[in-house]
Amino acid sequence: MVSLNFYLVLSAILFAIGTIGVLTRRNAIVIFMCVELMLNAVNLTFIAFSKYLGNLDGQIFVFFVMTVAAAEAAVGLALMIAYFKNRESIDVEDMNLMKW
Amino acid sequence: MDTIAIPAINLAVIAPEVVLSVVAMALLLINVFVKSEQKGYLGYLSIAGILGTLLMLIPAWGSSVEGFSGTIIQDNFAIFFKVIFLISAAMSILITDKYLEREGCNQGEIYPLILFATVGMMLMASGTDLMTIFLGLEVLSVSLYVLAGFNRNNIKSNEAGLKYFLLGAFSTGFLLYGMALTYGATGTTKIAKIASYIAMNGVSSSNLMLVAGMILMSTGFAFKVAAAPFHMWTPDVYEGAPTPMTAFMSVGPKAAGFAAFARVLLVALPALKPEWSSLLWVLAVLTMTVGNITALYQQNIKRMLAYSSIAHAGYILVGFTAGNAVGTAGILFYMLSYAFMNIGAFAIIILVGKKGEENSNVSDYAGFGYRHPVLGIAFCIFLFSLAGIPPAAGFIGKFYLFSGAIQAGYIWLAVIGVLNSAASVYYYLRVMVFMYFKEPTEDFEWVKLTPAFVLCLLIAVIGVLVPGVLPGLFLELAQKAVLM
Repeated sequence: MVSLNFYLVLSAILFAIGTIGVLTRRNAIVIFMCVELMLNAVNLTFIAFSKYLGNLDGQIFVFFVMTVAAAEAAVGLALMIAYFKNRESIDVEDMNLMKW
Repeated sequence: MDTIAIPAINLAVIAPEVVLSVVAMALLLINVFVKSEQKGYLGYLSIAGILGTLLMLIPAWGSSVEGFSGTIIQDNFAIFFKVIFLISAAMSILITDKYLEREGCNQGEIYPLILFATVGMMLMASGTDLMTIFLGLEVLSVSLYVLAGFNRNNIKSNEAGLKYFLLGAFSTGFLLYGMALTYGATGTTKIAKIASYIAMNGVSSSNLMLVAGMILMSTGFAFKVAAAPFHMWTPDVYEGAPTPMTAFMSVGPKAAGFAAFARVLLVALPALKPEWSSLLWVLAVLTMTVGNITALYQQNIKRMLAYSSIAHAGYILVGFTAGNAVGTAGILFYMLSYAFMNIGAFAIIILVGKKGEENSNVSDYAGFGYRHPVLGIAFCIFLFSLAGIPPAAGFIGKFYLFSGAIQAGYIWLAVIGVLNSAASVYYYLRVMVFMYFKEPTEDFEWVKLTPAFVLCLLIAVIGVLVPGVLPGLFLELAQKAVLM
Protein backbone atom coordinates (compact mmCIF):
# COMPACT_ATOMS: atom_id res chain seq x y z
CA MET A 1 0.00 0.00 0.00
CA VAL A 2 1.27 3.43 -0.89
CA SER A 3 1.74 5.53 2.22
CA LEU A 4 -0.08 8.80 2.83
CA ASN A 5 3.10 10.80 2.59
CA PHE A 6 3.58 9.95 -1.07
CA TYR A 7 0.18 11.38 -1.90
CA LEU A 8 0.83 14.47 0.17
CA VAL A 9 4.20 15.07 -1.46
CA LEU A 10 2.72 14.52 -4.92
CA SER A 11 -0.09 16.98 -4.28
CA ALA A 12 2.31 19.51 -2.78
CA ILE A 13 4.44 19.25 -5.92
CA LEU A 14 1.39 19.67 -8.15
CA PHE A 15 0.28 22.66 -6.09
CA ALA A 16 3.72 24.22 -6.39
CA ILE A 17 3.76 23.67 -10.17
CA GLY A 18 0.38 25.34 -10.40
CA THR A 19 1.50 28.29 -8.27
CA ILE A 20 4.67 28.77 -10.30
CA GLY A 21 2.62 28.59 -13.47
CA VAL A 22 0.26 31.32 -12.27
CA LEU A 23 3.18 33.55 -11.36
CA THR A 24 5.22 33.06 -14.53
CA ARG A 25 2.78 32.51 -17.40
CA ARG A 26 1.43 35.45 -19.38
CA ASN A 27 -1.60 34.01 -21.13
CA ALA A 28 -4.78 34.34 -19.06
CA ILE A 29 -6.11 30.94 -20.14
CA VAL A 30 -2.86 29.19 -19.21
CA ILE A 31 -2.94 30.97 -15.86
CA PHE A 32 -6.45 29.73 -15.33
CA MET A 33 -5.37 26.18 -16.19
CA CYS A 34 -2.62 26.48 -13.59
CA VAL A 35 -5.25 27.53 -11.03
CA GLU A 36 -7.22 24.42 -11.95
CA LEU A 37 -4.07 22.38 -11.37
CA MET A 38 -3.79 23.91 -7.89
CA LEU A 39 -7.41 23.00 -7.15
CA ASN A 40 -6.84 19.44 -8.32
CA ALA A 41 -3.75 19.18 -6.13
CA VAL A 42 -6.00 20.16 -3.23
CA ASN A 43 -8.54 17.54 -4.31
CA LEU A 44 -5.84 14.90 -4.22
CA THR A 45 -4.91 15.97 -0.70
CA PHE A 46 -8.53 15.74 0.40
CA ILE A 47 -9.02 12.28 -1.10
CA ALA A 48 -5.78 10.94 0.34
CA PHE A 49 -6.70 12.21 3.81
CA SER A 50 -10.23 10.91 3.45
CA LYS A 51 -8.94 7.42 2.61
CA TYR A 52 -6.38 7.34 5.41
CA LEU A 53 -8.63 8.84 8.05
CA GLY A 54 -11.48 6.56 7.05
CA ASN A 55 -13.84 9.52 6.92
CA LEU A 56 -15.99 10.66 4.02
CA ASP A 57 -15.94 14.42 4.63
CA GLY A 58 -12.92 14.91 2.40
CA GLN A 59 -14.51 13.18 -0.56
CA ILE A 60 -17.69 15.23 -0.21
CA PHE A 61 -15.56 18.36 -0.12
CA VAL A 62 -13.97 17.30 -3.42
CA PHE A 63 -17.36 17.16 -5.10
CA PHE A 64 -18.02 20.72 -4.01
CA VAL A 65 -14.61 21.86 -5.20
CA MET A 66 -15.21 20.33 -8.61
CA THR A 67 -18.64 21.94 -8.89
CA VAL A 68 -17.28 25.30 -7.92
CA ALA A 69 -14.36 24.94 -10.32
CA ALA A 70 -16.82 24.31 -13.14
CA ALA A 71 -18.84 27.40 -12.23
CA GLU A 72 -15.66 29.44 -12.01
CA ALA A 73 -14.54 28.22 -15.42
CA ALA A 74 -17.85 29.28 -16.96
CA VAL A 75 -17.65 32.77 -15.50
CA GLY A 76 -13.92 33.12 -16.12
CA LEU A 77 -14.04 32.16 -19.77
CA ALA A 78 -16.98 34.52 -20.30
CA LEU A 79 -14.95 37.35 -18.77
CA MET A 80 -12.03 36.47 -21.03
CA ILE A 81 -14.25 36.57 -24.10
CA ALA A 82 -15.60 39.97 -23.10
CA TYR A 83 -12.06 41.22 -22.58
CA PHE A 84 -10.83 39.73 -25.83
CA LYS A 85 -13.64 41.41 -27.78
CA ASN A 86 -12.49 44.82 -26.65
CA ARG A 87 -8.77 44.28 -26.51
CA GLU A 88 -8.02 41.41 -28.95
CA SER A 89 -5.54 39.90 -26.55
CA ILE A 90 -5.70 37.95 -23.32
CA ASP A 91 -2.06 38.50 -22.45
CA VAL A 92 -1.85 39.68 -18.85
CA GLU A 93 0.97 42.04 -19.84
CA ASP A 94 -1.65 44.00 -21.77
CA MET A 95 -3.86 44.38 -18.69
CA ASN A 96 -2.19 47.62 -17.79
CA LEU A 97 -4.84 50.30 -18.14
CA MET A 98 -4.90 50.90 -14.42
CA LYS A 99 -1.68 51.41 -12.55
CA TRP A 100 -0.72 53.37 -9.46
CA MET B 1 -15.69 4.01 6.39
CA ASP B 2 -18.59 5.46 8.28
CA THR B 3 -21.98 5.41 6.67
CA ILE B 4 -23.71 8.55 5.56
CA ALA B 5 -26.40 9.44 8.05
CA ILE B 6 -29.27 11.52 6.72
CA PRO B 7 -28.73 14.90 8.33
CA ALA B 8 -31.37 16.56 10.42
CA ILE B 9 -32.75 19.25 8.15
CA ASN B 10 -33.79 22.47 9.76
CA LEU B 11 -34.90 24.81 7.02
CA ALA B 12 -35.69 27.58 9.51
CA VAL B 13 -31.95 28.21 9.90
CA ILE B 14 -31.49 29.10 6.24
CA ALA B 15 -34.93 30.62 5.68
CA PRO B 16 -33.55 34.15 5.04
CA GLU B 17 -31.04 32.81 2.50
CA VAL B 18 -33.77 30.75 0.81
CA VAL B 19 -36.08 33.73 0.53
CA LEU B 20 -33.36 35.92 -0.93
CA SER B 21 -32.31 33.24 -3.43
CA VAL B 22 -35.90 32.72 -4.53
CA VAL B 23 -36.34 36.47 -5.01
CA ALA B 24 -33.14 36.57 -7.05
CA MET B 25 -34.22 33.70 -9.29
CA ALA B 26 -37.67 35.23 -9.75
CA LEU B 27 -36.01 38.51 -10.76
CA LEU B 28 -33.94 36.67 -13.37
CA LEU B 29 -37.18 35.43 -14.90
CA ILE B 30 -39.01 38.76 -14.63
CA ASN B 31 -36.01 40.49 -16.19
CA VAL B 32 -36.74 38.84 -19.52
CA PHE B 33 -40.10 40.60 -19.78
CA VAL B 34 -39.00 44.07 -18.66
CA LYS B 35 -38.11 46.76 -21.18
CA SER B 36 -34.58 48.05 -20.92
CA GLU B 37 -35.59 51.55 -19.77
CA GLN B 38 -37.68 50.06 -16.96
CA LYS B 39 -34.99 47.83 -15.45
CA GLY B 40 -34.90 50.13 -12.44
CA TYR B 41 -38.10 48.54 -11.18
CA LEU B 42 -36.18 45.31 -10.70
CA GLY B 43 -34.03 47.22 -8.26
CA TYR B 44 -37.06 48.14 -6.19
CA LEU B 45 -38.26 44.54 -6.26
CA SER B 46 -34.89 43.35 -5.02
CA ILE B 47 -34.97 45.95 -2.24
CA ALA B 48 -38.39 44.58 -1.28
CA GLY B 49 -36.82 41.13 -1.14
CA ILE B 50 -34.00 42.44 1.04
CA LEU B 51 -36.46 44.11 3.40
CA GLY B 52 -38.40 40.85 3.66
CA THR B 53 -35.21 39.01 4.51
CA LEU B 54 -34.36 41.62 7.14
CA LEU B 55 -37.79 41.19 8.71
CA MET B 56 -37.17 37.46 8.94
CA LEU B 57 -33.74 37.93 10.51
CA ILE B 58 -34.55 40.44 13.22
CA PRO B 59 -36.93 38.20 15.26
CA ALA B 60 -34.18 35.54 15.30
CA TRP B 61 -31.91 37.87 17.29
CA GLY B 62 -30.93 36.42 20.65
CA SER B 63 -31.42 32.80 19.69
CA SER B 64 -28.78 30.40 18.44
CA VAL B 65 -30.08 27.64 16.14
CA GLU B 66 -27.99 25.04 14.36
CA GLY B 67 -29.07 23.17 11.29
CA PHE B 68 -27.96 20.65 8.67
CA SER B 69 -26.05 18.53 11.19
CA GLY B 70 -24.08 21.43 12.53
CA THR B 71 -22.81 22.88 9.25
CA ILE B 72 -24.71 26.13 9.62
CA ILE B 73 -25.71 28.27 12.56
CA GLN B 74 -27.94 31.27 13.07
CA ASP B 75 -26.50 33.10 16.06
CA ASN B 76 -26.18 36.75 17.02
CA PHE B 77 -22.79 36.99 15.35
CA ALA B 78 -24.21 35.74 12.04
CA ILE B 79 -27.31 37.92 12.30
CA PHE B 80 -25.30 41.07 13.02
CA PHE B 81 -23.18 40.48 9.93
CA LYS B 82 -26.19 39.54 7.81
CA VAL B 83 -27.82 42.86 8.67
CA ILE B 84 -24.64 44.62 7.50
CA PHE B 85 -24.68 42.67 4.21
CA LEU B 86 -28.35 43.38 3.57
CA ILE B 87 -28.01 47.08 4.33
CA SER B 88 -24.99 47.42 2.07
CA ALA B 89 -26.72 45.48 -0.72
CA ALA B 90 -29.85 47.63 -0.46
CA MET B 91 -27.87 50.87 -0.43
CA SER B 92 -25.80 49.78 -3.43
CA ILE B 93 -28.93 48.83 -5.34
CA LEU B 94 -30.39 52.30 -4.66
CA ILE B 95 -27.47 53.95 -6.45
CA THR B 96 -27.15 51.38 -9.26
CA ASP B 97 -30.01 52.24 -11.57
CA LYS B 98 -29.02 55.79 -12.48
CA TYR B 99 -25.40 54.81 -12.95
CA LEU B 100 -26.24 51.99 -15.34
CA GLU B 101 -28.46 54.30 -17.35
CA ARG B 102 -25.67 56.85 -17.64
CA GLU B 103 -23.07 54.29 -18.65
CA GLY B 104 -25.45 52.68 -21.14
CA CYS B 105 -25.28 49.15 -19.77
CA ASN B 106 -28.78 48.99 -18.40
CA GLN B 107 -29.13 45.26 -17.87
CA GLY B 108 -31.38 43.81 -15.22
CA GLU B 109 -29.09 40.89 -14.39
CA ILE B 110 -27.12 43.09 -12.03
CA TYR B 111 -29.82 42.94 -9.33
CA PRO B 112 -30.08 39.14 -9.07
CA LEU B 113 -26.28 38.99 -9.10
CA ILE B 114 -26.10 41.38 -6.14
CA LEU B 115 -28.66 39.25 -4.32
CA PHE B 116 -26.76 36.03 -5.05
CA ALA B 117 -23.57 37.64 -3.79
CA THR B 118 -25.47 38.63 -0.64
CA VAL B 119 -26.67 35.05 -0.16
CA GLY B 120 -23.06 33.90 -0.45
CA MET B 121 -21.99 36.39 2.21
CA MET B 122 -24.79 35.27 4.50
CA LEU B 123 -23.69 31.64 4.15
CA MET B 124 -20.13 32.66 4.98
CA ALA B 125 -21.23 34.43 8.13
CA SER B 126 -23.26 31.51 9.41
CA GLY B 127 -21.16 28.62 8.12
CA THR B 128 -19.80 26.42 10.90
CA ASP B 129 -18.20 23.94 8.57
CA LEU B 130 -15.23 24.66 6.30
CA MET B 131 -17.37 23.33 3.45
CA THR B 132 -20.20 25.82 4.04
CA ILE B 133 -17.74 28.66 4.38
CA PHE B 134 -16.04 27.66 1.14
CA LEU B 135 -19.33 27.37 -0.73
CA GLY B 136 -20.54 30.72 0.57
CA LEU B 137 -17.27 32.31 -0.41
CA GLU B 138 -17.51 30.94 -3.92
CA VAL B 139 -21.15 31.93 -4.41
CA LEU B 140 -20.03 35.40 -3.41
CA SER B 141 -16.86 35.44 -5.51
CA VAL B 142 -18.36 34.08 -8.72
CA SER B 143 -21.10 36.73 -8.58
CA LEU B 144 -18.56 39.43 -7.81
CA TYR B 145 -16.33 38.53 -10.77
CA VAL B 146 -19.30 39.19 -13.04
CA LEU B 147 -20.31 42.35 -11.17
CA ALA B 148 -16.77 43.76 -11.47
CA GLY B 149 -16.80 43.15 -15.21
CA PHE B 150 -20.43 44.11 -15.60
CA ASN B 151 -19.93 47.06 -17.92
CA ARG B 152 -19.05 44.88 -20.89
CA ASN B 153 -18.29 47.69 -23.29
CA ASN B 154 -15.93 49.48 -20.95
CA ILE B 155 -12.45 48.09 -21.25
CA LYS B 156 -11.51 49.10 -17.71
CA SER B 157 -14.43 47.14 -16.35
CA ASN B 158 -13.40 44.12 -18.46
CA GLU B 159 -9.91 44.38 -17.10
CA ALA B 160 -11.16 44.69 -13.52
CA GLY B 161 -13.36 41.61 -13.88
CA LEU B 162 -10.62 39.50 -15.41
CA LYS B 163 -7.98 40.58 -12.88
CA TYR B 164 -10.34 39.91 -10.01
CA PHE B 165 -11.21 36.53 -11.44
CA LEU B 166 -7.62 35.36 -11.99
CA LEU B 167 -6.36 36.52 -8.61
CA GLY B 168 -9.51 35.45 -6.79
CA ALA B 169 -9.32 31.92 -8.18
CA PHE B 170 -5.61 31.84 -7.30
CA SER B 171 -6.34 32.78 -3.69
CA THR B 172 -9.14 30.21 -3.51
CA GLY B 173 -6.47 27.59 -4.19
CA PHE B 174 -4.54 28.67 -1.10
CA LEU B 175 -7.63 28.79 1.05
CA LEU B 176 -8.63 25.29 -0.04
CA TYR B 177 -5.18 23.87 0.52
CA GLY B 178 -5.28 25.29 4.03
CA MET B 179 -8.67 23.70 4.58
CA ALA B 180 -7.37 20.36 3.27
CA LEU B 181 -4.40 20.41 5.65
CA THR B 182 -6.61 21.38 8.59
CA TYR B 183 -8.90 18.51 7.69
CA GLY B 184 -5.94 16.18 7.51
CA ALA B 185 -4.60 17.30 10.87
CA THR B 186 -7.89 17.09 12.74
CA GLY B 187 -9.97 14.61 10.73
CA THR B 188 -13.00 16.87 10.47
CA THR B 189 -14.19 19.93 8.60
CA LYS B 190 -16.63 21.07 11.28
CA ILE B 191 -15.41 24.11 13.13
CA ALA B 192 -16.62 23.03 16.57
CA LYS B 193 -15.14 19.57 16.12
CA ILE B 194 -11.79 20.98 15.01
CA ALA B 195 -11.71 22.97 18.24
CA SER B 196 -12.67 20.00 20.41
CA TYR B 197 -10.16 17.74 18.64
CA ILE B 198 -7.38 20.23 19.35
CA ALA B 199 -8.55 20.67 22.93
CA MET B 200 -8.60 16.91 23.46
CA ASN B 201 -5.40 15.92 21.72
CA GLY B 202 -3.47 19.00 22.66
CA VAL B 203 -2.19 19.70 19.16
CA SER B 204 0.35 22.41 19.70
CA SER B 205 2.40 24.58 17.42
CA SER B 206 4.66 21.58 16.85
CA ASN B 207 1.98 20.15 14.59
CA LEU B 208 3.28 21.54 11.33
CA MET B 209 0.33 20.43 9.24
CA LEU B 210 -2.17 22.32 11.36
CA VAL B 211 -0.02 25.45 11.50
CA ALA B 212 0.52 25.31 7.74
CA GLY B 213 -3.23 24.90 7.29
CA MET B 214 -3.88 27.91 9.49
CA ILE B 215 -1.35 30.03 7.59
CA LEU B 216 -2.70 29.02 4.17
CA MET B 217 -6.30 29.69 5.22
CA SER B 218 -5.24 33.06 6.60
CA THR B 219 -3.62 33.82 3.24
CA GLY B 220 -6.85 33.03 1.46
CA PHE B 221 -8.93 35.15 3.79
CA ALA B 222 -6.37 37.97 3.79
CA PHE B 223 -6.74 38.08 0.03
CA LYS B 224 -10.52 38.28 0.24
CA VAL B 225 -10.47 41.12 2.76
CA ALA B 226 -7.67 42.88 0.80
CA ALA B 227 -4.99 42.83 3.49
CA ALA B 228 -1.43 43.71 2.48
CA PRO B 229 0.63 42.05 1.01
CA PHE B 230 -2.31 40.35 -0.71
CA HIS B 231 -4.00 43.63 -1.69
CA MET B 232 -2.55 44.08 -5.19
CA TRP B 233 -5.84 43.39 -6.95
CA THR B 234 -7.86 45.87 -4.90
CA PRO B 235 -7.02 49.25 -6.44
CA ASP B 236 -7.33 48.01 -10.02
CA VAL B 237 -10.59 46.17 -9.42
CA TYR B 238 -12.11 49.02 -7.41
CA GLU B 239 -11.13 51.56 -10.03
CA GLY B 240 -12.33 49.57 -13.02
CA ALA B 241 -15.54 48.10 -11.64
CA PRO B 242 -18.81 50.03 -12.04
CA THR B 243 -18.86 52.51 -9.13
CA PRO B 244 -21.99 51.16 -7.34
CA MET B 245 -20.37 47.72 -7.44
CA THR B 246 -17.17 49.15 -6.04
CA ALA B 247 -19.22 50.51 -3.16
CA PHE B 248 -20.80 47.11 -2.66
CA MET B 249 -17.51 45.22 -2.99
CA SER B 250 -15.63 47.41 -0.57
CA VAL B 251 -18.14 46.77 2.23
CA GLY B 252 -20.07 43.50 2.01
CA PRO B 253 -17.45 41.00 0.88
CA LYS B 254 -14.90 42.54 3.22
CA ALA B 255 -17.28 42.08 6.16
CA ALA B 256 -18.08 38.54 5.01
CA GLY B 257 -14.40 37.68 4.77
CA PHE B 258 -13.85 38.96 8.31
CA ALA B 259 -16.90 37.06 9.59
CA ALA B 260 -15.65 33.73 8.24
CA PHE B 261 -12.07 34.52 9.24
CA ALA B 262 -13.23 35.28 12.79
CA ARG B 263 -15.17 32.07 13.06
CA VAL B 264 -12.28 29.97 11.81
CA LEU B 265 -9.65 31.59 14.00
CA LEU B 266 -11.61 32.37 17.17
CA VAL B 267 -13.81 29.27 17.32
CA ALA B 268 -11.87 26.54 15.50
CA LEU B 269 -8.28 27.47 16.25
CA PRO B 270 -8.17 29.34 19.57
CA ALA B 271 -5.41 26.90 20.60
CA LEU B 272 -3.13 28.44 17.98
CA LYS B 273 -3.73 31.99 19.18
CA PRO B 274 -0.06 32.76 19.86
CA GLU B 275 0.74 31.80 16.26
CA TRP B 276 -2.11 33.55 14.48
CA SER B 277 -2.02 36.70 16.55
CA SER B 278 1.64 37.28 15.69
CA LEU B 279 0.81 36.61 12.03
CA LEU B 280 -2.10 39.05 12.15
CA TRP B 281 0.05 41.63 13.96
CA VAL B 282 2.34 41.77 10.94
CA LEU B 283 -0.58 41.75 8.51
CA ALA B 284 -2.34 44.57 10.39
CA VAL B 285 0.72 46.84 10.47
CA LEU B 286 1.55 46.20 6.82
CA THR B 287 -2.05 46.66 5.69
CA MET B 288 -2.59 49.95 7.53
CA THR B 289 0.73 51.41 6.48
CA VAL B 290 0.69 50.34 2.84
CA GLY B 291 -2.93 51.41 2.44
CA ASN B 292 -2.51 54.82 3.97
CA ILE B 293 0.85 55.71 2.45
CA THR B 294 -0.19 54.73 -1.06
CA ALA B 295 -3.49 56.55 -0.71
CA LEU B 296 -1.57 59.78 -0.13
CA TYR B 297 -0.41 59.78 -3.75
CA GLN B 298 -3.66 58.94 -5.51
CA GLN B 299 -5.27 61.36 -7.95
CA ASN B 300 -8.25 59.21 -8.88
CA ILE B 301 -10.78 59.31 -6.07
CA LYS B 302 -12.02 55.74 -6.62
CA ARG B 303 -8.45 54.52 -6.38
CA MET B 304 -7.88 56.65 -3.29
CA LEU B 305 -10.90 55.08 -1.60
CA ALA B 306 -9.62 51.66 -2.68
CA TYR B 307 -6.37 52.24 -0.80
CA SER B 308 -8.34 53.74 2.07
CA SER B 309 -10.41 50.55 2.19
CA ILE B 310 -7.17 48.56 2.43
CA ALA B 311 -6.16 50.75 5.36
CA HIS B 312 -9.54 50.17 7.00
CA ALA B 313 -9.06 46.40 6.65
CA GLY B 314 -5.83 47.02 8.57
CA TYR B 315 -7.67 48.78 11.42
CA ILE B 316 -10.06 45.86 11.64
CA LEU B 317 -7.13 43.44 11.73
CA VAL B 318 -5.90 45.35 14.80
CA GLY B 319 -9.08 44.36 16.62
CA PHE B 320 -8.59 40.85 15.30
CA THR B 321 -5.05 40.58 16.57
CA ALA B 322 -6.31 41.50 20.02
CA GLY B 323 -8.79 38.64 19.76
CA ASN B 324 -10.61 39.69 22.94
CA ALA B 325 -14.24 40.69 23.47
CA VAL B 326 -13.59 44.43 23.11
CA GLY B 327 -11.64 43.97 19.88
CA THR B 328 -14.26 41.67 18.38
CA ALA B 329 -17.10 43.99 19.32
CA GLY B 330 -15.02 46.75 17.71
CA ILE B 331 -14.82 44.75 14.48
CA LEU B 332 -18.60 44.36 14.37
CA PHE B 333 -19.27 48.01 15.19
CA TYR B 334 -16.65 49.21 12.72
CA MET B 335 -17.94 47.07 9.87
CA LEU B 336 -21.45 48.44 10.44
CA SER B 337 -20.36 52.06 10.42
CA TYR B 338 -17.93 51.46 7.54
CA ALA B 339 -20.85 50.21 5.43
CA PHE B 340 -22.66 53.53 5.85
CA MET B 341 -19.74 55.88 5.40
CA ASN B 342 -18.16 54.13 2.44
CA ILE B 343 -21.32 53.57 0.42
CA GLY B 344 -22.31 57.17 1.18
CA ALA B 345 -19.00 58.42 -0.17
CA PHE B 346 -19.32 56.31 -3.31
CA ALA B 347 -22.86 57.59 -3.86
CA ILE B 348 -21.46 61.13 -4.06
CA ILE B 349 -18.73 59.95 -6.42
CA ILE B 350 -21.38 58.50 -8.74
CA LEU B 351 -23.29 61.80 -8.67
CA VAL B 352 -20.22 63.87 -9.53
CA GLY B 353 -19.00 61.45 -12.21
CA LYS B 354 -19.86 61.72 -15.87
CA LYS B 355 -20.36 59.06 -18.51
CA GLY B 356 -17.37 56.79 -19.01
CA GLU B 357 -16.09 57.30 -15.47
CA GLU B 358 -14.94 60.80 -16.32
CA ASN B 359 -14.55 63.40 -13.65
CA SER B 360 -13.33 61.10 -10.95
CA ASN B 361 -10.10 62.85 -10.04
CA VAL B 362 -9.75 64.61 -6.73
CA SER B 363 -9.10 67.89 -8.56
CA ASP B 364 -12.45 67.60 -10.32
CA TYR B 365 -14.10 68.36 -7.00
CA ALA B 366 -12.90 71.96 -7.04
CA GLY B 367 -15.66 74.19 -5.73
CA PHE B 368 -18.16 71.34 -5.42
CA GLY B 369 -18.98 72.35 -1.85
CA TYR B 370 -20.30 75.74 -3.00
CA ARG B 371 -22.26 74.54 -5.99
CA HIS B 372 -24.02 71.80 -4.00
CA PRO B 373 -23.83 72.76 -0.32
CA VAL B 374 -25.97 69.90 1.01
CA LEU B 375 -24.13 67.22 -0.93
CA GLY B 376 -20.86 68.86 0.08
CA ILE B 377 -21.74 68.64 3.76
CA ALA B 378 -22.83 65.02 3.36
CA PHE B 379 -19.54 64.18 1.65
CA CYS B 380 -17.65 65.91 4.46
CA ILE B 381 -19.51 63.83 7.05
CA PHE B 382 -18.51 60.61 5.28
CA LEU B 383 -14.91 61.71 4.89
CA PHE B 384 -14.69 62.81 8.54
CA SER B 385 -16.05 59.45 9.57
CA LEU B 386 -13.56 57.61 7.35
CA ALA B 387 -10.77 59.68 8.86
CA GLY B 388 -12.01 58.81 12.34
CA ILE B 389 -12.87 62.29 13.57
CA PRO B 390 -15.60 62.56 16.25
CA PRO B 391 -18.58 62.73 16.41
CA ALA B 392 -18.79 60.37 13.43
CA ALA B 393 -19.19 56.61 13.88
CA GLY B 394 -15.73 55.94 12.45
CA PHE B 395 -14.15 57.49 15.53
CA ILE B 396 -16.00 55.27 18.02
CA GLY B 397 -15.21 52.19 15.94
CA LYS B 398 -11.51 52.96 15.82
CA PHE B 399 -11.52 53.80 19.50
CA TYR B 400 -12.90 50.36 20.29
CA LEU B 401 -10.55 48.52 17.95
CA PHE B 402 -7.50 50.23 19.40
CA SER B 403 -8.63 49.91 23.02
CA GLY B 404 -9.15 46.19 22.39
CA ALA B 405 -5.52 46.01 21.24
CA ILE B 406 -4.32 47.92 24.32
CA GLN B 407 -6.29 45.64 26.64
CA ALA B 408 -4.68 42.63 25.04
CA GLY B 409 -1.25 44.21 25.58
CA TYR B 410 -0.50 45.22 21.99
CA ILE B 411 0.46 48.79 22.87
CA TRP B 412 2.72 49.27 19.85
CA LEU B 413 0.09 47.98 17.49
CA ALA B 414 -2.37 50.57 18.83
CA VAL B 415 0.27 53.30 18.54
CA ILE B 416 0.98 52.39 14.90
CA GLY B 417 -2.76 52.33 14.29
CA VAL B 418 -3.29 55.80 15.71
CA LEU B 419 -0.34 57.20 13.75
CA ASN B 420 -1.74 55.68 10.58
CA SER B 421 -5.13 57.10 11.32
CA ALA B 422 -3.55 60.53 11.69
CA ALA B 423 -1.77 60.16 8.35
CA SER B 424 -5.03 59.21 6.68
CA VAL B 425 -6.57 62.55 7.65
CA TYR B 426 -4.32 64.17 5.04
CA TYR B 427 -5.84 62.55 1.99
CA TYR B 428 -9.41 62.80 3.22
CA LEU B 429 -8.97 66.47 4.03
CA ARG B 430 -7.37 67.03 0.64
CA VAL B 431 -10.72 66.28 -1.01
CA MET B 432 -12.38 68.80 1.32
CA VAL B 433 -9.74 71.39 0.51
CA PHE B 434 -10.58 71.00 -3.17
CA MET B 435 -14.27 71.16 -2.41
CA TYR B 436 -14.14 74.39 -0.40
CA PHE B 437 -10.88 76.24 -1.01
CA LYS B 438 -10.39 75.98 -4.78
CA GLU B 439 -12.09 78.06 -7.41
CA PRO B 440 -14.79 76.06 -9.17
CA THR B 441 -13.86 75.16 -12.74
CA GLU B 442 -17.17 73.44 -13.45
CA ASP B 443 -20.77 74.33 -12.69
CA PHE B 444 -21.73 70.72 -11.75
CA GLU B 445 -25.10 71.23 -13.41
CA TRP B 446 -25.22 67.53 -14.36
CA VAL B 447 -25.38 66.55 -10.68
CA LYS B 448 -29.04 65.63 -10.30
CA LEU B 449 -30.45 63.94 -7.25
CA THR B 450 -33.06 61.23 -7.71
CA PRO B 451 -35.30 60.03 -4.85
CA ALA B 452 -33.28 56.79 -4.66
CA PHE B 453 -30.05 58.76 -4.16
CA VAL B 454 -31.67 60.99 -1.55
CA LEU B 455 -32.82 57.91 0.33
CA CYS B 456 -29.40 56.26 0.12
CA LEU B 457 -27.58 59.39 1.29
CA LEU B 458 -30.10 59.93 4.07
CA ILE B 459 -29.61 56.38 5.35
CA ALA B 460 -25.85 56.82 5.12
CA VAL B 461 -25.81 60.12 7.01
CA ILE B 462 -28.06 58.75 9.74
CA GLY B 463 -26.00 55.57 9.86
CA VAL B 464 -22.82 57.58 10.35
CA LEU B 465 -24.10 60.16 12.82
CA VAL B 466 -26.44 58.19 15.08
CA PRO B 467 -23.95 55.49 16.12
CA GLY B 468 -21.34 58.23 16.41
CA VAL B 469 -23.35 60.41 18.77
CA LEU B 470 -25.18 57.64 20.64
CA PRO B 471 -22.84 54.65 20.42
CA GLY B 472 -24.27 52.91 23.50
CA LEU B 473 -27.07 50.95 21.85
CA PHE B 474 -24.99 49.83 18.88
CA LEU B 475 -22.04 48.81 21.03
CA GLU B 476 -24.37 46.82 23.25
CA LEU B 477 -25.70 44.99 20.20
CA ALA B 478 -22.16 44.37 18.98
CA GLN B 479 -21.10 43.05 22.38
CA LYS B 480 -24.04 40.65 22.41
CA ALA B 481 -22.99 39.41 19.00
CA VAL B 482 -19.34 38.57 19.75
CA LEU B 483 -18.38 34.95 19.50
CA MET B 484 -17.06 34.55 23.04
